Amino acid sequence: MSDVESAILSALSSGADATIPDSFAFATTSKIDHNSIVGTCKSLQADAYVSVAEHSTQFYTLGKEAANIVQDGSQEIRVLNALIAAGEAGLAMPELQSAVGKDVCKIGMGNCLKNKWAKKDKASGKLTAAVSEAPKDEVKEQLTTLKDAPEGENTKVLDDKAYTALKRRKLISLVTRKFYTIGRGPSYAPQRVKKAADLTHEMLTSGKWKTTQFKEYNFQTLGESVGGGYLHPLLKVRAEFRKILMEMGFEEMPTNKWVESSFWNFDSLFQPQSHPARDAHDTFFIKEPAATASVPEDYYERVKSMHEIGGSGSIGYRTVFERQEAMKNLLRTHTTAVSSQMLYKLANREGGFKPARYFSIDRVFRNESMDATHLCEFHQVEGLVADYNLSLGDLIGTIETFFRKIGITQLRFKPAFNPYTEPSMEVFGYHPDLKKWTEIGNSGMFRPEMLAPM
Amino acid sequence: MPTVGVSRDALFAHLGRTYTDHEFDELAFEFGVELDEITSERKEATKSATVKLSKEQLSQLSDEVIYKIDVPANRYDLLCIEGISRSLKIFLGDMDAPTYKVLEKPSDEAISQMTVIKSNTDTIRPYVVSAILRDVTFDEARYQSFIELQDQLHRNLCRQRTLVAIGTHDLDEVKGPFTYDARPPKDINFVPLTHTDEGREFDGAALMEHYETEAACKHLKPYVPIIKDSPLYPVVLDSEETVLSLPPIINGSKSRITLNTKNVFIECTATDLTKANIVLDTVVAMFSEYAAVPFSVEPVTVNYVNEAKEVVNSYVTPQMYTRKETASVKFVNSLIGIDVDPEPMATLCNKVQLGPARILPGNDDEEGPIIEVTVPATRSDILHAVDIAEDIGIAHGYNNITKTVPQTCTVGREQPLNQLGDLLREEIGRGGYVEVLTHGLCSTHDNFTALKRPITAAVSLSNPANVEYEVVRTTLLPGLLKCLQHNKSMSFAGGFKLFEISDVVIPDGEHVVTETIVGARNVRKVCATYSGPTSGFEVIHGLVDRIMTLCEVAPQAD
Repeated sequence: MSDVESAILSALSSGADATIPDSFAFATTSKIDHNSIVGTCKSLQADAYVSVAEHSTQFYTLGKEAANIVQDGSQEIRVLNALIAAGEAGLAMPELQSAVGKDVCKIGMGNCLKNKWAKKDKASGKLTAAVSEAPKDEVKEQLTTLKDAPEGENTKVLDDKAYTALKRRKLISLVTRKFYTIGRGPSYAPQRVKKAADLTHEMLTSGKWKTTQFKEYNFQTLGESVGGGYLHPLLKVRAEFRKILMEMGFEEMPTNKWVESSFWNFDSLFQPQSHPARDAHDTFFIKEPAATASVPEDYYERVKSMHEIGGSGSIGYRTVFERQEAMKNLLRTHTTAVSSQMLYKLANREGGFKPARYFSIDRVFRNESMDATHLCEFHQVEGLVADYNLSLGDLIGTIETFFRKIGITQLRFKPAFNPYTEPSMEVFGYHPDLKKWTEIGNSGMFRPEMLAPM
Repeated sequence: MPTVGVSRDALFAHLGRTYTDHEFDELAFEFGVELDEITSERKEATKSATVKLSKEQLSQLSDEVIYKIDVPANRYDLLCIEGISRSLKIFLGDMDAPTYKVLEKPSDEAISQMTVIKSNTDTIRPYVVSAILRDVTFDEARYQSFIELQDQLHRNLCRQRTLVAIGTHDLDEVKGPFTYDARPPKDINFVPLTHTDEGREFDGAALMEHYETEAACKHLKPYVPIIKDSPLYPVVLDSEETVLSLPPIINGSKSRITLNTKNVFIECTATDLTKANIVLDTVVAMFSEYAAVPFSVEPVTVNYVNEAKEVVNSYVTPQMYTRKETASVKFVNSLIGIDVDPEPMATLCNKVQLGPARILPGNDDEEGPIIEVTVPATRSDILHAVDIAEDIGIAHGYNNITKTVPQTCTVGREQPLNQLGDLLREEIGRGGYVEVLTHGLCSTHDNFTALKRPITAAVSLSNPANVEYEVVRTTLLPGLLKCLQHNKSMSFAGGFKLFEISDVVIPDGEHVVTETIVGARNVRKVCATYSGPTSGFEVIHGLVDRIMTLCEVAPQAD
């Protein structure tokens, strides 16, 4: 048990009603730091050895400047006395400064002029006294009264105006001090017995456990951190979506291909070569290796023809299709580049077309300005269904099934536009917390101009 | 997606209806545009990060409510208040789609001619199309809208004026017939249009200099490179050699449109003739509304002449290209997933500017009846029957479609590489490692030099956002080390463990995917780091052992 503890507990040992009325006074007489007393009290209180009542008191303290005034008089009186002594001639600033000191002069002169005890001659700059005798040094008297008041009890010895004025001159400041009345607690004992925090192996083997007192469990706090490793939150969401899509019969596409050809990323999707998304300010183009070395040539010709003159019921874009533009390498801007390749393979597989459902969740790259919610690299979730006689109703139904599985049940569909789908829809879901409709996806039926050349 | 700002009250005036913000939002949703933002001139200025105005300047700005509407990128007929309100009125059934009429003969045939000096213009900007709007009435709002429509078109369809540039002129200030030529810069002298009324004359070369250097003209600087280095600059002139415009940079001051302009001469010069016609048709369709005979326009004959002054090519514009397209009723119903009878379907077409539509008998019973629609000049986005089907679907209402699910069953499947990756992630996470997800792009320095490795081949970008993202990583290590760098305040006392399983990209001139060689391939890697009071080699060694055990790879003696 520490000295401070024993001091406090001893002071309460006289009887059941024993108290320490003022912890501050007690600290002074026991020559113990008051903060130590307070800290120890709180610890004793936690174990109910003592009970503690809090009080506070306010009093003014005098600063260094105030102490000087009490001793030497206020600055304005000292200045005034110097001016009175100088008589009619008065004093110039430098003379006054050497008489009373620079700091005293500065404050004192200001107050003298304010109180109209002195006046300044505009032409010569000299100061003269405006009264023949110095009045009572009120400030010195007030401060002395405060100083002489009993310890901690000087808040009522002057009138309010005086306190305000002294505070404004920063001569005094109000201090609040907490102190405590300490009495016995329900578990008081003249000596403190330490309780054990935990049962140890040593206690068991030695038998000490039979006599040791144990601390109560504290259920109001957190336990020890479990530790271990963590998986990345975005990848956890990815895992959840993968599972859901596979539950719905979707097959994962091989998307481990970041460097893509403009041909697959744009042209095979019937995105025109003049489309703004193919600008350098939206897409990352590759310096090295800059150009695609080869693409399936027959298919390339069919894609080119579709862009230039149309076909299969379409009028096409009727603009020139440049090979150089199609062969530009880039970092893929969407995983739809892979979807296109999967559909091409599906169209040309042995045995002919077979209905399929594909999905992917992987990284894409866009040259966008970065801010708190946008990076150059992000992940896309993409799914597609290829079958006979599919309709927009099927698309809506498939999307609804997916979102229902992640808990979004209220959906609305809005007409939208993508170069490679028609019809297209934006998917809006109702956010229950934000209480508004939020865009959560984009969808569409692939255009015949994209599918026919395959 | 282009955004068009319109005054709310003006829009409602055009529509002849008023809405609450919520109601308008609903209407926009059904139609297929989006009310992106509701603001005002003052709100915009208050929000602006670049321009800070004083309280007094702000109080002078308008409080008038502005709707910012996002329109689909392929709908050039929705880029101004006239177009939006017209389409909405048709959608609501409040008006029929207008028939745009190109008059048989212009009122003054002599001046409605544009001669193209082909040998010159072919070198820089081959094509031009033109039209005249007669007896138009402008007011401040219409004038602003007219200018903004041209800006929108320039930004989007015209691909920043490189493909097409629009010039609009006060016909009464110039004298037709007109010439489109390309001349040496120093031979072109005129007073260009400015915001102030400077009246200063320039020649072509000096003007390019001026626009490249003057801060007040910095909005024109981006277009200068389009023609700057050409020995011949395109120029549109009248019969008195007055310069109407120097495409695609600036118009002449003499022919500028004012609120008093009555007759408008429009010329669009271009490198893509199809787009030039679409642009011209759009401008005409939108603003012919204000002509004395609404929705009418006068033609201009464009004659291309060779060096011998012979006409080698000629056409009349604007085309106001209208055509008929067909789709089978069955196809439309099946694609959208609805069951609408032919006659009601024809009526729906009127709502989406595909009217008048009529039903034709099909070629056989299998196909069923066919719906023939009228595709107006304003709907250049209609390329195929699917476009017609979509519009009919919109007219019906997407949210009225019955939901179904595709009938065919398919079996789900993972990619083996991803499956392996996910299994390992779980195990490594269990081992106390924190998973990170780092950038695929990094700097050459971080990828090689900072790792004390020689610089070898890596895929590099030609337009990186900044030097930090100039190459595609060939190793995962820099990403993890950067994570450590940003987490120095974390406690390392018990060991700080990170890992990532992800792709890197290696240049490879032989790797084939889908019969295509791009010159690079992805490689899936595992990377882990340990940091602590010691360098802990044995810790990482232990992880490697664990991974090998999981993959059933036994250690082998050398």
